[in-house]
Amino acid sequence: MERDDIIEYSLDAHHSEEQGVILRKKIWKVTALLTAITVVEVMLGAFIKQHDAIWPLVKYSFIVMTLVKAAYIVLSFMHLGDERKALKYVILVPYIIFIIYLIFICLTESTYVRSIWESHAN
Amino acid sequence: MSGHATKEIDSATLWGGKISPFSTSYGKLMMWFFLVSDALTFGGLLIAYGFTRFNTLDAWPIGEETFNSMPFLGHGYPLLYVALMTFILIVSSVTMVLAVEAGHRMDKKGVVKWMIATIIGGFFFVGSQAWEWSHFIHGSEFGKVELADGSQAIVHGKFGELKNFTVTEAGKHYRKGDVITEDLRHQYQHAVVEGKVIGGANGGVITLHDGSIAKVNKAKDEHMKLIIKVKGAKYKLQDVIENEEASRMYYEAIDGHAHKVIYGANLKENEYGTQQYAQFFFFITGFHGFHVFSGVCINIIILMGVLRGVYHKRGHYEMVEKTGLYWHFVDLVWVFVFTFFYLV
Repeated sequence: MERDDIIEYSLDAHHSEEQGVILRKKIWKVTALLTAITVVEVMLGAFIKQHDAIWPLVKYSFIVMTLVKAAYIVLSFMHLGDERKALKYVILVPYIIFIIYLIFICLTESTYVRSIWESHAN
Repeated sequence: MSGHATKEIDSATLWGGKISPFSTSYGKLMMWFFLVSDALTFGGLLIAYGFTRFNTLDAWPIGEETFNSMPFLGHGYPLLYVALMTFILIVSSVTMVLAVEAGHRMDKKGVVKWMIATIIGGFFFVGSQAWEWSHFIHGSEFGKVELADGSQAIVHGKFGELKNFTVTEAGKHYRKGDVITEDLRHQYQHAVVEGKVIGGANGGVITLHDGSIAKVNKAKDEHMKLIIKVKGAKYKLQDVIENEEASRMYYEAIDGHAHKVIYGANLKENEYGTQQYAQFFFFITGFHGFHVFSGVCINIIILMGVLRGVYHKRGHYEMVEKTGLYWHFVDLVWVFVFTFFYLV
């Protein structure tokens, strides 16, 4: 395994016991946050009906909460937040641009298809 | 935490060859690229689901109406079980980070402990998903009923317990006077679908599969509620019919009429609402479940490596970190599946 052209980046990831205590504290904090968000989501889902006037607001808050959870999982649990900026952007930027485009185009087209169904139904 | 990535290196050196400009090993980088492609697959599937949902005119199934059962407790617990599943998956994600963290301290015992916890969590999740599928496939006790005006309604309430069938007319298998106490629900539902239950509200008479005729001993249903999901000549979407009226209409619909009730969901019919929902449910949660299962298998393989001391000898636990990335990804996908199938 002694090759000078390969750097073992993983060796740099090691940390001491004291640092470990701090890191574990952070992990449990994120856990509490994710759990709290899930509890709120389930409460809202179980008690607010879809035909209530407040539902559209609840629906969008679900999506926001989901994105917050996703961000914590990716940046904290997957440690993408600790990586070099270049890696962060290589992973996130193309994905986010493509998915936003796909959501936009599919929902636009779908709304159009729906209007066609509706005009045929009447 | 990620050592090399936080070192100050000028960009000429970083991008000048010899070292990774991302300060990560080849393996970890490839895991990230794989996850991006896998995320695109799931993104595509969920967006296809959104596309279908947006252009569907009939009522889309509502999460808290469809998934309201708990193991051993029965019905009436909207979203509780899936919330528990979600919690289990989040916790197993946490134990995985703790395993990675222990790896960074070269704490072999810690890695083993947390990886075992992760694997147990993973098995719990897969098992829960199997239970959820089974429930979704078998459906509720009432099923979805087609009413006289052509509308279709899902049914809520407490289904009166089936106590026994007393045979009044012998068939090929049963003799007159036999009291059947086993497999009642299955036989009852089978007969209802074929229109072989007559006079249902107070039990009524059932024709069994062997041709024998029996009297049904059934407790009374309670708190029945019909919710219209496909409109008909008289009822609109989301109309609600309750109690005696609901019971009367339900049994009137099934009284000697075949194919008025659908139980559960499969690729051809769906008790809970629009058919496409079932297709997407099976495909997307199935594909995710497959990811969880393979994640558990990979975790077990890596755990064996840890136990044999392979990574300790190597001087770092990067393999644990890489499987950790995959495991967190599975959790990440579930966060979205949970929102779009159960909540919204």
